[in-house]
Amino acid sequence: MANVIKIKKGLDINLKGKASEVMLNAGKSATYAIVPSYFCGIVPKVPVKVGEKVKAGSVLMFDKNHPEIKFVSPVSGEVTAVNRGEKRKVLSIVVKPDAQIEYEDFGKKNVASMNADQVKDALLNGGMWPFIKQRPYDIVANPSDTPRDIFVTALNSAPLAPNFDFLVKGQEANLQAGLDALAKLTKGKVYVGVKAGSSLKLNGVEVVEFDGPHPAGNVGVQINHIKPINKGEVVWTVNATDVILMGRLLNTGVADFTRLIAITGSEATERGYVKAIAGCTIASLVAGKFQDNGHIRLISGNVLTGTKVSMDDYLGAYDCQVTIIPEGDDVDEFFGWAVPGFGKYSVSHSYLTWLTGKGKEYVLDARIKGGKRAMIMSNEYDKVFPMDIMPEYLLKAIIAFDIDKMENLGIYEVAPEDFALCEFVDTSKIELQQIVRNGLNLLYKEMN
Amino acid sequence: MKALRNYLNKIKPNFEEGGKLAMFRSVFEGFESFLYVPNATSKTGVHIHDSIDSKRTMTVVIIALLPALLFGMYNVGYQHNLAIGANPGFWMTFLFGFLAVLPKIIVSYVVGLGIEFTVAQWKKEEIQEGFLVSGILIPMIVPVDTPLWMIAVATAFAVIFAKEVFGGTGYNVFNVALVTRAFLFFAYPTAMSGDQIWVRTSDTFGLGAGQVVDGFSAATPLGIAKVSATSTVEFPWSFQDMVYGFIPGSIGETSVIAIAIGAIILLVTNIASWKTMFSVFVGGALMALIFNVAGPDTATAQMPWYEHLALGGFAFGAVFMATDPVTSARTETGKYIYGLLVGAMAIIIRVLNPGYPEGMMLAILLMNVFAPLIDYYVVEANINRRLNRVKLNK
Repeated sequence: MANVIKIKKGLDINLKGKASEVMLNAGKSATYAIVPSYFCGIVPKVPVKVGEKVKAGSVLMFDKNHPEIKFVSPVSGEVTAVNRGEKRKVLSIVVKPDAQIEYEDFGKKNVASMNADQVKDALLNGGMWPFIKQRPYDIVANPSDTPRDIFVTALNSAPLAPNFDFLVKGQEANLQAGLDALAKLTKGKVYVGVKAGSSLKLNGVEVVEFDGPHPAGNVGVQINHIKPINKGEVVWTVNATDVILMGRLLNTGVADFTRLIAITGSEATERGYVKAIAGCTIASLVAGKFQDNGHIRLISGNVLTGTKVSMDDYLGAYDCQVTIIPEGDDVDEFFGWAVPGFGKYSVSHSYLTWLTGKGKEYVLDARIKGGKRAMIMSNEYDKVFPMDIMPEYLLKAIIAFDIDKMENLGIYEVAPEDFALCEFVDTSKIELQQIVRNGLNLLYKEMN
Repeated sequence: MKALRNYLNKIKPNFEEGGKLAMFRSVFEGFESFLYVPNATSKTGVHIHDSIDSKRTMTVVIIALLPALLFGMYNVGYQHNLAIGANPGFWMTFLFGFLAVLPKIIVSYVVGLGIEFTVAQWKKEEIQEGFLVSGILIPMIVPVDTPLWMIAVATAFAVIFAKEVFGGTGYNVFNVALVTRAFLFFAYPTAMSGDQIWVRTSDTFGLGAGQVVDGFSAATPLGIAKVSATSTVEFPWSFQDMVYGFIPGSIGETSVIAIAIGAIILLVTNIASWKTMFSVFVGGALMALIFNVAGPDTATAQMPWYEHLALGGFAFGAVFMATDPVTSARTETGKYIYGLLVGAMAIIIRVLNPGYPEGMMLAILLMNVFAPLIDYYVVEANINRRLNRVKLNK
């Protein structure tokens, strides 16, 4: 019997546009790409040239500081562009796919008989390593570390997030193989956070059930409740959806990045799941599934932590969800501060919406709905931040870049995503996730 | 509404950088966002936002203040009628008070917002809403006969030296409205204390002229208790009057019921912290009980706790001043400590200080200073708990 941890603080934003559990048809992606900005802590080096032929599993990019961390092509085809921005920063490495995908053969593996180094090599060569992140800093894990524990979250609690139980259907063996592989990499345990009452059967790992609102599915929250990170410790975190890809690599010997992507959001006219290969274009996923009136926002990921994208952009490396919401830039709300505000979503009761029933689904657009101010209200962040950390004081320490304070207040335990709900409820409309990201990056530079 | 929006869009370029009216940019932005919710959308970070913003927050506080303000206006007329022995009816009574209070509200807003607008423009920032609340608090916590020019000077002092020099709304150490009150109190003591200032005996704009009846006293209950020679004091009002608020005092502070309505609005909307509010009352009641048992043999020390809480600015301070999120303690544990100390300190000043009959203003200002210290220890406790975790694991 797994132990259940109850999360009390947090917030489930009841948005309109949940994906129903049906499969939708996906279009063909004209190109596939690796986008370095989706991976934190990586300095990209590109060993391929435009025009070169690659297979699925061939190296397109590696990390300058850790050349063993490889980013491989999800499809076979021809490299058509290495797009660069200011200071020759690599923006994307684009591959035009063949009609039939040819795979690089990495060889089937029997995880039980492998040692830690063999597992590491297999994951590094197969391009699966970037899915493993480390705390502190929330960056791609350093392969030369041995983590205290590895935490896997198999619970998607973010607004409109896909149901993991649906994503994992038919992939149980790959998930188990991936978890067995991860277990070789740590001297501690592999913890898997699942939804309370989940029927997931897993062996050789510590299953912990979580019950409660978002951010119960955030791995940072789970770590804080299971076994918090102290200074000097390193843990690794992986999404269970990515563990499936790792397991598939070991079971089949090929780097197959196929996964289910949920199409969600109030503006999506067709909502459900599509089968796609990581690195595909947004257009291939959503074309024809929404009405484009020029005031639409496409998000790779969920509404709290996702990235704003256009049709020509590529799906985020860690994302298994696309959300389509109204942009809202054409809305003019007259005297918004004075009206009773039935139907306006607010956690505070300052709009009368809270009187009108709980089960209601809301359509929220991308407006910020207010000017940026200094932190005025207190206890706003705490209510949606279920960790033994004082978010306001940690944020202030980050802004002041007081390293001692940051360490003492828990900077090593958090990732930007943990502050997403705080940012949503903030009266002062401060970009908290950006503050945390910058703080982590600066601290990493300072410490290494 | 469409026409107005189109007009705003048309004149907007004039106010942008390089436009001929660029010097009024902040003011234009202020009015535009006053009329329409800004429809700027997020570029990075979360894609959706809660509907609340600081404008809405301040609006709710102002709504919560209205019952106390309206009652205060009525009470100004009511006390005036008592003084001249007239009874012109409900509406005339209210009108008298309305005309007496309105100029104070106008002066406080014009001076305060004028400074805010100027500073915002100078710093090229958006206009911040904080003064919308301070500006209505100021006329509510002064005696009715405070000269307008004094309010203007005190407001200017408070906005500049208690707020803008610290960086504006959200950065101030002291509650701006209370600094205004304290400035008045210490700069113009004769105009701000004594028995003559709490009730307007002259006419207002020619309205309500009359002769003051013989033997009329405009002293506040706390003033009467302070000068009482014995340890008991007979008030000319019943306890019911004190709860309803038909007693002399600063304009907005007298009615416990009107303040309670405001408190409910603040608590239901989650704008103010019940922890702070509740512990101020607990702190005050406890301290009053302690003085009842072990205090000196004076009327204020022997006054029952419920009278202490109902009289003077106690309830008003507890509900609207102590809960100011910027200047009070910001940690949850800290709010209990802060509240208890505010309440206790107010009663201590009332009882033990020979000079001032009322202590709420000074108690809150004093605790404004200590709030960061309280928070510091609460945060340290969290840090120590986290450091202990390391030791436990080893």
